[in-house]
Amino acid sequence: METVIIDGLAFALPLFIVAIGGIFSERSGITNLALEGFMGMGAFIGALAVILTKEFFPALGSVSFYIAIVLAILGGMIYAMLHALVCIKFKANQVISGVVMNILAIALTGFLTSQFNSVIFGKPSSKFVLDVLGRFSVPLLSEIPVIGGFFKDIYPFQVIIIIVAIIAWYVLYQTRYGMRLRACGDNPHAVDAGGADVAKIRFSAVMISGALAGLGGICFAYSISANFSSSFYVGYGYLAIAALIFGNWKVIPTLVACILFGFARSGGYMISGMLELPSTFSDLIMTLPYILTMILLIFFSKNNHPPRALGEVYDKGKR
Amino acid sequence: MKTNIKQTITKFLGSEKGQDKVVPIFSVIISLVVGAIVIGIIGKNPIGPYHNLLQGSGILPKASYAGGKGMLTDFMSFLNALTPLIFAALAVGVAFKAGLFNIGVSSQMLFAGFIATIVVGYSDMSGFMAKPLVILIGIVCGAVIGGLIGYLKYRFNINEVVSCIMVNYIFQYVISFFINMFYVDPVSRQSKAIGQAASLTLKNVEFLGMKMEVPLGIILAVLATFGLKFILDKTKLGYEMKTVGASQKAAKYAGIKVGRTMVVAMLISGALAGLAGVTFYLGYNTSIQPRVLSSVGYDAIAVSLLGNANPIGSMISAFLIMIISKGSTYMSSTAGVPQEIASVITALILLFSACSAYIKYRLKRTKNEAEEKNGQVSKIQEQMKEEA
Repeated sequence: METVIIDGLAFALPLFIVAIGGIFSERSGITNLALEGFMGMGAFIGALAVILTKEFFPALGSVSFYIAIVLAILGGMIYAMLHALVCIKFKANQVISGVVMNILAIALTGFLTSQFNSVIFGKPSSKFVLDVLGRFSVPLLSEIPVIGGFFKDIYPFQVIIIIVAIIAWYVLYQTRYGMRLRACGDNPHAVDAGGADVAKIRFSAVMISGALAGLGGICFAYSISANFSSSFYVGYGYLAIAALIFGNWKVIPTLVACILFGFARSGGYMISGMLELPSTFSDLIMTLPYILTMILLIFFSKNNHPPRALGEVYDKGKR
Repeated sequence: MKTNIKQTITKFLGSEKGQDKVVPIFSVIISLVVGAIVIGIIGKNPIGPYHNLLQGSGILPKASYAGGKGMLTDFMSFLNALTPLIFAALAVGVAFKAGLFNIGVSSQMLFAGFIATIVVGYSDMSGFMAKPLVILIGIVCGAVIGGLIGYLKYRFNINEVVSCIMVNYIFQYVISFFINMFYVDPVSRQSKAIGQAASLTLKNVEFLGMKMEVPLGIILAVLATFGLKFILDKTKLGYEMKTVGASQKAAKYAGIKVGRTMVVAMLISGALAGLAGVTFYLGYNTSIQPRVLSSVGYDAIAVSLLGNANPIGSMISAFLIMIISKGSTYMSSTAGVPQEIASVITALILLFSACSAYIKYRLKRTKNEAEEKNGQVSKIQEQMKEEA
């Protein structure tokens, strides 16, 4: 049972922070299918930083992980500016731009990874190998049966994610900026009439979205695969989008959706391990989270409504 | 000087009516130039690699060929790879027209391909029976899944993007399970190869002394393209789909059954995706790799967008994108340019074409400015005349 919680959280939390990124962007009215691309680009920049610091400043040790996190956030943010620029300034179709961002990210990270590997390290490889990250347990709390799993074998990034998520929640729901951001998604003309700059708010929302996705990306890179390649993150961005739509574009329900995905996934692995089924059966069990989601969606989708101005280019002259 | 350049570009890009065609071409050219600069940065002359792309796709002759092979061989295998992409792009496009985003083309392909493989591919039917049956199964299986997604949207308000993603995962794993349990080839770790009779691509056909593959599906793909164009432009159903896509409220007000139209659009989209699946798994390939969704379904999104979701446009842009991806293998082996550069160029093409709305907007503005200026000049001339 404890391993279900431990592994489930290690998967759910990075997914959650990526989904929050999506919420920021979509609540401001910019459709964001580009989460996957932001994740990938952020993780690439972070992984590159780790590789370079390991090569040239080996004394830094585990500090390089924190450098990686900061750079992944920056990388995701800067890459997201491209999406924001294309969507807001160039008035492009946001779905198109999102898909293109994903394709471009996979192409660029793949291309650059092999280029960096051959130019700097002289070995043609399409991967950056990362360290295995140490985990820690909270003393006392982790001794509680079952619930102790929440405090056991935690990756350091999980703490960071929780802190960032709380800040993000606060910003979105408790500040004036957050209120304006949400208003941009429902009624941008009201925001404009209220004296705020819709384009600026949306631009910053997409940047935040990139930053959070970048953070999620580097955490995935560390927890799931322990290396970076241009394909490791494929599918998680869309899963995060599914989570946030499932969560009706709200932070707390999205967290529930992510935890559901994470626990169903790790629970599935555990069940197949317990029943000692041949490994082919794990494929069937892997479908559990998705089937569960479909069933839940049938019951809960009736009241599901996207932000009203989602995907629309803001036009001041429009009534 | 600067205004001169602007004016020439404006003139070149022509009237507003032609812009739907000219602006994508313009963005393709820009991205090829940017791609050339990237190739230049890594220290290669860009003309060679571009030439190689066309050679690798069998559009220009290579310097030398192995025995029994020729330009036509390359071109036919290019068409073979192109067929599924055209179908998939049409599938995405028709959903787009109705305002839906079918991101589940890959799993619809996989399902259709898998069912056709086990029903027909492993039987010993004759080719005349097997091939039409494969196509039929493709259409039905794809339509079932597409229709299901449409129905879930209509009946339960489930966002089609989410249900597509969920269905993608479910089919990917379930079909992988069945392949690994019952149909696996222990050597290749893929599903057992299908019988030649079921394949939609004829292998090793001799023609003009060259051996080649003949993809039968390409004829169907071209027919489907024009058929879809006809449906969208000339029938009531097509008009209803486009209206629903443009504005659901207006469609409802006009008395169109929005839910039903969306389901029909997804049925058509799924059927086309199914055709993409059978031409991909029982034509371009002969087996299915477990646990892998083909990237064709995702590439098709981009291709369809480049073609403005228009059937003819999708076919042309599929042709273009396929040249880059198919030719890239030959390019990297002869010119020593890394293969990934091809996907970078593809992404750039898409990025620039995504900005086409902005290009159009700028064009309109420059044009208006120019007209204003001309107007002012003629006004001044008139004034001068009057004064004289």
